[in-house]
Amino acid sequence: MKRLIALLALVLAAPLAAQDSLPPAPYAYNQLEDPELERQAHDLMLTLRCLKCQSQSIADSDAPMAGDMRHQVRTRLAAGETPDQIRTWLIERYGDYVSYEPRVTATTWPLFVIPFVLLLIAGLIIRGRLTRKAPAQEGAE
Amino acid sequence: MKRLRIFLWGLVGLALFLFGLFAYQLTQPKDEFVESAMIGQPLPAFDLRPAIADRPGLSSADLADGNAKLVNIFASWCVPCRAEAPHLETLRMSGAEIVGIAIRDREEDVNRFLAVYGNPFTRIGADDISEVQLSLGSSGVPETFVVDGNGVITYQHIGDIRADDVAMILEKLREAGA
Amino acid sequence: MIAEFGLAALWLAAALAGLQLFAGFMGLRPGGEGTAVLARPAALVQALLCGISFLVLLWLFARTDLSVALVAANSHSAKPLIFKLSGAWGNHEGSMLLWVTVMALAGGLIAFIERRLPEKTMLATLGSQAFVALGFYAFLLFSSNPFERLPVAPMEGNGLNPLLQDIGLAFHPPTLYFGYVGLSVAFSFVVGALLTRQVTPEFARVMRPWVLGAWCLLTVGITAGSYWAYYELGWGGWWFWDPVENASLMPWLAATALLHSVSVLAARDALRAWTVMLGVIAFSMSMVGTFLVRSGILTSVHAFAVDPERGSFILALLALNIGGALAIFATRAGTVAEGERFSVLSREGALVINNVALSAILGIVLLGTLYPLLTEAFDVRVSVGPPYFNPVSAIFLFPMLVVLAIGPILRWRGDSFARIRMPVISLGLLLLVSIIALWVITGIGILPLLGLALALVVAVGSLLPLRGRSLRRLPIAVWGMVIAHFGVAVALFGMASDTAFQQERLVAANIGDVVEVGPWSAQLESVTPVAGPNWTAIEASLTLFYEGKEVTTAHPQARSFWSPPTETSEVALTTRRNGQLYTALGNQAEDGRWQLRLWWKPFVTWIWFGGLLIALGGALALVGRVVGDIRRRVAGKKITDRKADQEALAAEAAS
Repeated sequence: MKRLIALLALVLAAPLAAQDSLPPAPYAYNQLEDPELERQAHDLMLTLRCLKCQSQSIADSDAPMAGDMRHQVRTRLAAGETPDQIRTWLIERYGDYVSYEPRVTATTWPLFVIPFVLLLIAGLIIRGRLTRKAPAQEGAE
Repeated sequence: MKRLRIFLWGLVGLALFLFGLFAYQLTQPKDEFVESAMIGQPLPAFDLRPAIADRPGLSSADLADGNAKLVNIFASWCVPCRAEAPHLETLRMSGAEIVGIAIRDREEDVNRFLAVYGNPFTRIGADDISEVQLSLGSSGVPETFVVDGNGVITYQHIGDIRADDVAMILEKLREAGA
Repeated sequence: MIAEFGLAALWLAAALAGLQLFAGFMGLRPGGEGTAVLARPAALVQALLCGISFLVLLWLFARTDLSVALVAANSHSAKPLIFKLSGAWGNHEGSMLLWVTVMALAGGLIAFIERRLPEKTMLATLGSQAFVALGFYAFLLFSSNPFERLPVAPMEGNGLNPLLQDIGLAFHPPTLYFGYVGLSVAFSFVVGALLTRQVTPEFARVMRPWVLGAWCLLTVGITAGSYWAYYELGWGGWWFWDPVENASLMPWLAATALLHSVSVLAARDALRAWTVMLGVIAFSMSMVGTFLVRSGILTSVHAFAVDPERGSFILALLALNIGGALAIFATRAGTVAEGERFSVLSREGALVINNVALSAILGIVLLGTLYPLLTEAFDVRVSVGPPYFNPVSAIFLFPMLVVLAIGPILRWRGDSFARIRMPVISLGLLLLVSIIALWVITGIGILPLLGLALALVVAVGSLLPLRGRSLRRLPIAVWGMVIAHFGVAVALFGMASDTAFQQERLVAANIGDVVEVGPWSAQLESVTPVAGPNWTAIEASLTLFYEGKEVTTAHPQARSFWSPPTETSEVALTTRRNGQLYTALGNQAEDGRWQLRLWWKPFVTWIWFGGLLIALGGALALVGRVVGDIRRRVAGKKITDRKADQEALAAEAAS
């Protein structure tokens, strides 16, 4: 009985409906030869969004489109493009949504300004609460 | 103490702002589609081999021949593509020239699909690794782009074309100079 | 029949919450003592009834009673029992019932145990707890009834998402919920103290163990969630700054600041406003988190069954509870405001910096998580992820860690630099040397480099309070502090090490091929089909060699469930003292080769080990404080008894 189930497993392990039957792109699951380039590719892929997933980077997804995007990243890096150029190429096509690293634009500037404001407020609060003067008496704990 | 009160009022203001934002977003339908940012841009250069024997392949040069066209991104394994096939036929009969890009498809599967659901395409390019799909800013199937005679993308329709979309697409095609 | 019984118990519990609220309210008015007496019993019976209701739900799932809509939608008769039970809270209605049950249990526990607060404050606290609970009862009963029946029972259930059929699911949500909802106790205490103008050191000593308990469980919940994502999702990531993850982190940040603030209030009657503020914010963040996760307005990997209508209900509860608390705070601001300034070299000073830093990080996480929501209102879509959160939170985290290394050895009220000169200089040197050494020897990025260096400094700094003290006589609470801070260093080390030194290999392998990654090599021996209770899988057998010597085998699987049809990757983890080998099996290529993914992750397990140390430290601190309080109470009673005896003797002698 177990063998029958196992045999069924081989059959059922085929891809489900509504998925393509072509193999993944060459560089979807293969790394580049040059370890430095591969490291750059990996770092870049972690910051690009898989457009068909709920919220994953293309480095973390098995979706075919994520694989195709990984292929693009690796082949372009191997061809000499820089990670920033590849990111820009994708943003030109999909908008800022595809990149997990927000750029400073007219709509995202608060993201970068508010941390500075928080830093300022933090500094003011600390300055208002702490004083250099030694206390009147030194208390033990 | 005055500082505390000011700070508290600030917090209340922030809370109200956030709740307002949440309430607003609750009323908006969840938009799962990712729109292409290439609207208004010229098509990137590409050259796809024919997907089936019966139709020539598709290149960007073919789309800059002076006539506005519809580019339909589809696949035989895509379920909504079957639903939009009759409407593509309607568009073709209304005079639209439709070219297709088959995503990650084998020749026999595309042939089988077209035999069952009809073939409105004058050309079909085979995009095995979604390269052209990515370069157009398309993120799924089916999608339809309106491209004018100079090869500039003027409109993107995401999802399958429904009966009430046909008129609007024809209008966009007319605007592009068909 | 049983389902209706569970529903009835829930209704009764809700009614009792109403009574508890009324009794608490009456207790605050003159002459209301008669009704007020009902508050504690109401809380206790409410806890009992809610517990019964939840047990009923568990029973329905255990028996796979398909006439109940929730069971039919989320369970399957072929599921193993443990997963049937954990499926009870693996859905919206069930988890809301868990939320309400934990709230009722917490309320009942306070009513049962706490006798140290002034009675009015206790009543105000119970009333506040009941007020919040009522909102959630209403939500459950009117819009998310877990006991709803189907007119016709289906033949079989819809099963459960296979990603959730895992032992992690048994631990992760309940501990998280105990944490989130445990913070509601802190919220109620703070509101109660505000209403009765009792924000005092005694109040802080009462509240502290409750905050510690909730925080402890929340720490375990987050750690468990991270580990679960790590081995379940198949790619070796342990934190994605996903909106739902952030929703669990934000209450934790507030609770960490709160528990430190409470210590200052208990010891020095200072930071009253901070304590109140953090008590409100911590539970508010729990509620905001619940809202974000269930309303569907944010895109996340944790896709709950979302429904905007439910979202609106929770939003209304949010506005009511948070707005109400802030309003009460505003009217009573006078009783808590104090502008005392602390010496810069004092423990209070360090804790102020700690509070400010944690609150700032909370603000950053909130900002980054909600920003895409804001831009969507303007039809612009952006994504905010690790490239933003990591560096920006580091701006506040790293200075805070420097303070953490020194803070615990500073004295209360004030210290002299002369006394701490040695430790400060040594730690400073250690920091400098490690940064330079790491910079020169490794080529890693600035963030993991600083993370590693600071982990070292914090580790040494956390042990400093032990210097010069008798280890056997050390109070348990101090051990708790030392272990928790040391745990922070351990976790940070694991995070930085994995980020900086991880190695990845993706290959297409034939049977017999050897793959190398780091000090490991793996030989693919076979790929065979295998079957389980409700799944079938392809399993690879890998022989693993560490530095050339054969060590063990690994069996990663690509698994297919049939109800609902899903494919998952079951990774094989091989752990050594210095890290983990993470192996996963992919699909077979057209040429027959199998896709293998291997990662060598140095010291990655230290992340969760550190998290557990932090929780252990919290638990020890909790035990230490409770024991200390009991001892103090017993000693105090002895003193008053002796005094009474002496007075009686003196009176006798005088007469």
